[in-house]
Amino acid sequence: MTKLTHLQRLEAESIHIFREVVAECEKPVMLYSVGKDSSVMLHLAKKAFYPAAPPFPLLHVDTTWKFRAMYEFRDRMAKAIGMDLIVYVNREGLNRGINPFTHGSQIHTDAMKTQALKQALDKYKFTTAFGGARRDEEKSRAKERIFSFRSAQHRWDPKNQRPELWSLYNTATHTGESIRVFPISNWTELDVWQYIHLENIPIVPLYFAAKRPVVQRGGALLMVDDERFPLAPGERPEIRSVRFRTLGCYPLTGAVESEATTVPEIIRETLLTTTSERQGRAIDHDGAASMERKKQEGYF
Amino acid sequence: MAHKSDLIASDIDAYLLSHQHKSLLRFITCGSVDDGKSTLIGRLLYESKMIFDDHLAALDADSKKLGTRGKELDFALLVDGLAAEREQGITIDVAYRFFSTERRKFIVADTPGHEQYTRNMVTGASTADLAVILIDARKGILTQTRRHSFLVSLLGIRHIVLAINKMDLIDYDQQRFDIIVREYREFAKRIDLVDITAIPICAVYGDNVIESGANMPWYQGPTLMDHLETVEIEDASATLPFRMPVQWVNRPNPDFRGFAGRIEGGTIRPGDPVRILPSGRTSRVARIVTADGELNDAVAGQSITLTLDDEVDASRGDVLAGMDSLPEVADQFDAMLVGLDGAVLPGRSYAMKIGTKIVNATVNPLKYKVNINTLEHLAAERLELNDIGACELELDRPIVFEPYHKSRELGGFILIDPISNATVAAGTLNFALRRSQNIHWQALDVNKAARAARNAQRPCTLWLTGYSGAGKSTIANLVEKKLFTMGRRTYLLDGDNVRHGINKDLGFTAQDRVENIRRVAEVAKLMVDAGLIVMVSFISPFQAERNAARALFGAGEFFEIFIDTPFAEAEKRDVKGLYKKAREGELKNFTGIDSPYEPPESPEIRIDTTVLNPEQAADTIIEYLVSHQVLKG
Repeated sequence: MTKLTHLQRLEAESIHIFREVVAECEKPVMLYSVGKDSSVMLHLAKKAFYPAAPPFPLLHVDTTWKFRAMYEFRDRMAKAIGMDLIVYVNREGLNRGINPFTHGSQIHTDAMKTQALKQALDKYKFTTAFGGARRDEEKSRAKERIFSFRSAQHRWDPKNQRPELWSLYNTATHTGESIRVFPISNWTELDVWQYIHLENIPIVPLYFAAKRPVVQRGGALLMVDDERFPLAPGERPEIRSVRFRTLGCYPLTGAVESEATTVPEIIRETLLTTTSERQGRAIDHDGAASMERKKQEGYF
Repeated sequence: MAHKSDLIASDIDAYLLSHQHKSLLRFITCGSVDDGKSTLIGRLLYESKMIFDDHLAALDADSKKLGTRGKELDFALLVDGLAAEREQGITIDVAYRFFSTERRKFIVADTPGHEQYTRNMVTGASTADLAVILIDARKGILTQTRRHSFLVSLLGIRHIVLAINKMDLIDYDQQRFDIIVREYREFAKRIDLVDITAIPICAVYGDNVIESGANMPWYQGPTLMDHLETVEIEDASATLPFRMPVQWVNRPNPDFRGFAGRIEGGTIRPGDPVRILPSGRTSRVARIVTADGELNDAVAGQSITLTLDDEVDASRGDVLAGMDSLPEVADQFDAMLVGLDGAVLPGRSYAMKIGTKIVNATVNPLKYKVNINTLEHLAAERLELNDIGACELELDRPIVFEPYHKSRELGGFILIDPISNATVAAGTLNFALRRSQNIHWQALDVNKAARAARNAQRPCTLWLTGYSGAGKSTIANLVEKKLFTMGRRTYLLDGDNVRHGINKDLGFTAQDRVENIRRVAEVAKLMVDAGLIVMVSFISPFQAERNAARALFGAGEFFEIFIDTPFAEAEKRDVKGLYKKAREGELKNFTGIDSPYEPPESPEIRIDTTVLNPEQAADTIIEYLVSHQVLKG
């Protein structure tokens, strides 16, 4: 008899989660961050509803500081799969000129990501939002339910999470409350990469090593992706073979030096590395328990 | 994600292939506060090289600031991820951690020890196959040990590792270890936990966690990791008959209607008959649709989409079941409940979610609640937070279920307060109450419907009447052949196999003709009861007898088919030379010659053999059966 591999089990669990939401929740949306986890999530959503298209739109909360390659990839993917793509920018933040260079990661992330996300969810009145967070990423995420509740103010109360037994999800909410749903909660970084490899899932080329212009700042290699990057006096971008383990705003996302140009090579590097995936993400290091605090405030 | 394997560096493709086929073990760690659960998980992660340098650096800093182990690493801080947990040094909510070894991939749920966080403990336990129950060797079995063991048993975890921790603090004393194990086994037996592996460990220093170490030479058993890597976990769902709760009906266009769901038991293949419960309608699987192409079979655990042979009605909450063994349908149950939020009040109506179905349920007065320490049954008015109790449930609609010990997915449920939306209780269904059996799906008794279901068809009698030589048997034979190739179960009763056996004592007088038809009709009735499609090919000249035969069957079970060949034509054909003999006086009471034939007044089907040849006649009959829902597809 067919024995399912752990990836097949994870896939079946994720598909089950997608279908539960569509069957029970009023107005779902998928948060699409353009990263590899979003790519896997999108692939799983297509599988869950095949031959129908996933019956919800994609929402990209755009900080306007993503890598150029991410914007190209996003538009190409949305067109290819025929799903509606909503791009939301916090106009007020933009008008105030909030940016990661002047304001630092905390203020930038709060205004352009956390506040923007809440504005978008309020504007379109989405009741449920899929996110690509995984429990192996970070300590507070390891504690979060697959169906995670948010108050009408979008706050997470980590000390009072709903019990979540078996695969029975209580999706009941009061007006204004919403649910964040994480279909790939139980996947690890290795699972995601292996699945991308086995299923040939398209990902942003930035994950693969290439010669890119970078500068070294505070222990991080930052890519000079456009002319908005303010170079310090005497600072000159050097061309190095680098790739990215995670993707966010380019001024906040450190590259790693690498020669890995295929998925198996990336996996090899990932497995042999001794630092975590989010190590290059500035926003994780804004003080202890920063992710938990951001999540409480409404960040994904 | 540091992994230890030389293959990674030397041959990544080979490593990926081996990793891809690893099995998955989900387990929990539980026990009382300070038994060292988080420390043990931290140790497992650390020893399997699952901790990154940046996390280790953070741990080092945290240990100095918040740690309870002086200058040493406090592994508990690796898992206790919430600020409140780190401040208080306790585990509030279940944390899921992931690691893999050469042999297996693991998801471990670190569950809180404090009684007030029982709801988080059961959340972690509900998806686990194995429980590591930690005991502080100095303290022995505590209330929480019993409480967690009871919950573990209630939630159907069959494999227990009794990890007696902090052996260093009792000088690695084997006697003390043996006493604790003996005491635990006695308690465990009373709550049906039998598969228990006891291991003396020291999580802080690592003895018997991954490596044996030198401190306990008297212990010859496996280390914790050895055991986790090799313990056999049976997949109960694989041995169940086919079960798939319909999760979502996929209708992208008018030509496609698929039933999406996750298989919770057994195997399914295209062509397999299925019954839709609770309605009881039957159909066959046409295709197993997935984005990766159509499948030849699918097994428990897979999320798939099925299309069926015909336009049967099924919606979310229904269960598709294999015909060989149907699940029960009931609306009153004996169940166990765990209080998760506030109090559960008898008499109040709650939303009950089981599988993909949501119904309203009322809890009858509690039978008892359990004193976890003594396992005593106590009287109780209501079920408070963290209480475990037994009760009867009354539902507003019948549901499809399996007892929890057979299927977690079809026997586990939650109760939701319709006003606060809180999940107030989780429960397990033990069995349906006798008094709801009157509405049970009849499959409990082996009866006509059950046999029909097994045969996946609508049993009935096709009664062919007409003159001798009209073509009845030829046509009946063709119809049977066609039905047979369609996979139907059939039988043909005609003069050849009836008159030579059961009716060989009967002649051709009017009286015998009546008895002949009566017997044939009764035999046909038994065969319909047995689930067959029966063809009766008899002259049966009298309308009264045909009506009497019809009266033996239910509506839609009897089809009178008039093989209309004019007398002159039948005599002209005279296939068997019988007309000639009758004309010559050798045969008495021959229908049409010296015995009357009463043509049917209103047959279901009339076949004019002067227009249709036998092949066309048989097709006409099959078409009629299809269009009248006797045959589907």
